[in-house]
Amino acid sequence: MTQATKKSAINSSRRQFMVASATAGAGLSLGLSFPFAASAQAVPLKTPDEVNLWVVVKPDDTVVVRIVRSEMGQGTRTGLAQLVAEELDCDWSKVTTQAPTAGQNLARGRAWGAMATGGSRGIRDSQDYVRRGGAAARMMLLQAAADQWKVPVAELKVSKAVITHSSGKKTTYGKVADAAAKLTPPDPKTIVLKKPQQWTIAGTSVPRLDTANKVNGSKVFSIDLRLPGMLCAAVKSCPVFGGKLVSFDESKIKSMRGIKGVVKVDDSTVAVVADTWWRAKNALENLPIDWDLGANAKASSTTIAAHLKEGLTAEGDFWQRKVGDAPAAIKSAAKQVTAEYFAPFVAHATMEPMNCVVKIGGGKAQAWVPTQNAEASIAALSEASGLKLDQCDVQTMDLGGGLGRRGGTQDFLHQAVAVAKQFPDTPIKLVWSREEDMTHDFYRPIAMAKMSAGLDEKGKLVALHARVSGQSINAWLAPTAIKNNKDVRQLQGWYEEPGDAQLGYTVPNLLTEYVMRNTHVPVGPWRGVNTNQNGIFMECFIEECARAGGRDSLEFRREMMQNHPKHLAVLNAVAEKGNWGKPLPPGIHRGIAQFMGYGSYSAATAEVSVSASGQVKVHRMVFALNSGHHVNPSQVKAQIEGSVVMALSSTFNEEITIENGAVKEQNYNTYLLGKMKDTPKVECVLVPTHDFWGGVGEPTICVVGPALLNAISAATGKQYRELPLRKHGLTLA
Amino acid sequence: MELNVNGVVHKVDVEPDMPLLWALREVLGLTGTKYGCGVAQCGACSVQLNGELTRSCSIPVSAVAGQKITTVEGISKDTSHAVQKAWVALDIPQCGYCQSGQIMAAVSLLKRVPKPTDADIDAAMTNICRCGTYQRIRDGIHVAAGQKKLADVLKEYATAGVTKA
Repeated sequence: MTQATKKSAINSSRRQFMVASATAGAGLSLGLSFPFAASAQAVPLKTPDEVNLWVVVKPDDTVVVRIVRSEMGQGTRTGLAQLVAEELDCDWSKVTTQAPTAGQNLARGRAWGAMATGGSRGIRDSQDYVRRGGAAARMMLLQAAADQWKVPVAELKVSKAVITHSSGKKTTYGKVADAAAKLTPPDPKTIVLKKPQQWTIAGTSVPRLDTANKVNGSKVFSIDLRLPGMLCAAVKSCPVFGGKLVSFDESKIKSMRGIKGVVKVDDSTVAVVADTWWRAKNALENLPIDWDLGANAKASSTTIAAHLKEGLTAEGDFWQRKVGDAPAAIKSAAKQVTAEYFAPFVAHATMEPMNCVVKIGGGKAQAWVPTQNAEASIAALSEASGLKLDQCDVQTMDLGGGLGRRGGTQDFLHQAVAVAKQFPDTPIKLVWSREEDMTHDFYRPIAMAKMSAGLDEKGKLVALHARVSGQSINAWLAPTAIKNNKDVRQLQGWYEEPGDAQLGYTVPNLLTEYVMRNTHVPVGPWRGVNTNQNGIFMECFIEECARAGGRDSLEFRREMMQNHPKHLAVLNAVAEKGNWGKPLPPGIHRGIAQFMGYGSYSAATAEVSVSASGQVKVHRMVFALNSGHHVNPSQVKAQIEGSVVMALSSTFNEEITIENGAVKEQNYNTYLLGKMKDTPKVECVLVPTHDFWGGVGEPTICVVGPALLNAISAATGKQYRELPLRKHGLTLA
Repeated sequence: MELNVNGVVHKVDVEPDMPLLWALREVLGLTGTKYGCGVAQCGACSVQLNGELTRSCSIPVSAVAGQKITTVEGISKDTSHAVQKAWVALDIPQCGYCQSGQIMAAVSLLKRVPKPTDADIDAAMTNICRCGTYQRIRDGIHVAAGQKKLADVLKEYATAGVTKA
């Protein structure tokens, strides 16, 4: 360990700046029920007990770990705290967390790194620097004790925040924290991280740090915030995407109780502001509004389907992977297999609808946002308010579900700022009704696929041609990510490159193509993003090929996976745990699938029975996951269990349809989500290989659908290629 | 009009057609009861009305004046109800937004059927959870009912199928 030296003095001007920047009212403590609230004590950023960015130690040995990634149920807060605590060697029972604001992060030069929480990156992208943060803090605390005792640091040991000298002398982190905070941090090159085999806190199923207040109603979500003088806003945007707000007749609702005003939010949105949200929403429903629906009002699910269908046979330069000559090899193969698949738009439908609170006044803008990316929020706040970044601050509120909806797209925050500008110094809580949330989402993109294959005499796959025609997320949200008119992301899961979303098969002749067919409907990332539909297209078609060649589903896959040992290992693990090839009770049938996304390898088996009337009972699903490491096995399993419910729901029930340019489904009575009765017993095999860091929140969702569909196909002898399955009379029993 | 919530009588001056949900959340400040759909589909707003499970988004406040209302804040003083203890011990919530409603539904089920079967749970627990915590909710109800041992369930979550480093 390098000798840490005392700083001559803490940079006082820097501290002054931090204190000043924190007077935007930002309480550091997430534990405060109302962060930012007028009554909350502003906490200076560099607190005296801050050992470093990540670690604060209190005199009673309580450790506060700073976490900037958002928590939306996925358990990242607990997982990151485990990683810091592991390297720190503190007492896990005394660990709490704090959430620095976006403004605080910017004021310290983004010292805490990215705040974005999506793409299953919350842990894998920050594990290295947070572990180093924990280790550096440990080194400084030990050095402080060594300095105090005037002994070499090598003679010290630490366990659960208790430092022991070889002579038997003891002290604790809490007692040396002040001195440690004044030391220069160790040279990063001297930090040696523990091996997973040495972990005692990380890698174990410690309880989550954020459960207690979720069971007694005391947890405050953004939608629950009540600030002094706060007003509430309900909004309505033009039902047809791209349509415009022409006029509204305020006089009809002005005299309704509690109404404070009507605001034109933007070209296509109007808001009613009232003393309570229910009054605002009620008045909005009674507000006469004239819309210019525009040309998109002619679009429907039928016209969109025709647009995509044309893409399945369109001529052009669409290829993304080309090995050999797949079309020619298919033509000359002993057997040809072709199939067309369809996956509809689906909605996020987070349980907490879109909302946030914004207050603008005195040259400052503050926002409390259930956001997956507080830095995107502060940028939106600055842009929409016209105030500089250092005049803005955003407190991340724990989300009532994120699922990809609340990342870069800060549409609801832009709206709230537009309203708040009309009500200076007044906190505005803007909340979308469920109907607004359902009809103005950024939906999972609609897609069709035409899959063609050639088999040899033995039923071996010799050529595969896979073409997707569908909408592009990047075209809607990140056009610069599209290079040479090719949008690689839409073929997520079929990549050649290892490490992220690699196709696990080697095929002698392979052609993959993406034909971009955009619509007027907004699209965005939805848990698992394009691995959802691409997993179904590929894994159901591979199953069709196996059957066409009279081959066992598992063996057929295995022989194409010899160059992909990690994919193969999870497939083998799930086959073993899922009893592949072993007899089942009469009427129950099995399906299997494997796929890769978010840097992790997944495979699943499903056991189903299908009644004559199309009632599908899912009896059991088994999953194998190699995410490299698992920081908290119980929470990894919770994510797998959750992914099953979401994929089961979308496979059988969920579809957003377009009629006269607008979304037809308005609420949960027509947009049907999976429930308790639909949920099978889920079993997991976690097989981490400890040589990489993969994601957890999303990877398994892409194997749920194909495993189910392949089991249904085994049960019925029919191939269902169009989702959701309820359109074909298949419902969950 | 008077609202009797969690044993406390509040005098409220609101429109008679204001749904109970919004009187609880915006007038009384009891925000544990959640808005999810407004049309009695998701169950996030579940409360007990005279001991019966009720979706508060779809009942006007005028219809419940003077009657006994219990919200998630009122099912125990110190988070000590068997359902709450099971929910904490098993870390059932993910995002937590729907869990007030899930807990109210589970409390009602166990009051009616102290030893529920899986079929009872399927029939009674119709609330939506987008995080997909249903499997653990089922286990939590069995633990709260004394039909499964907490330690057994925890062991399964923590270690079953886990390969050691």
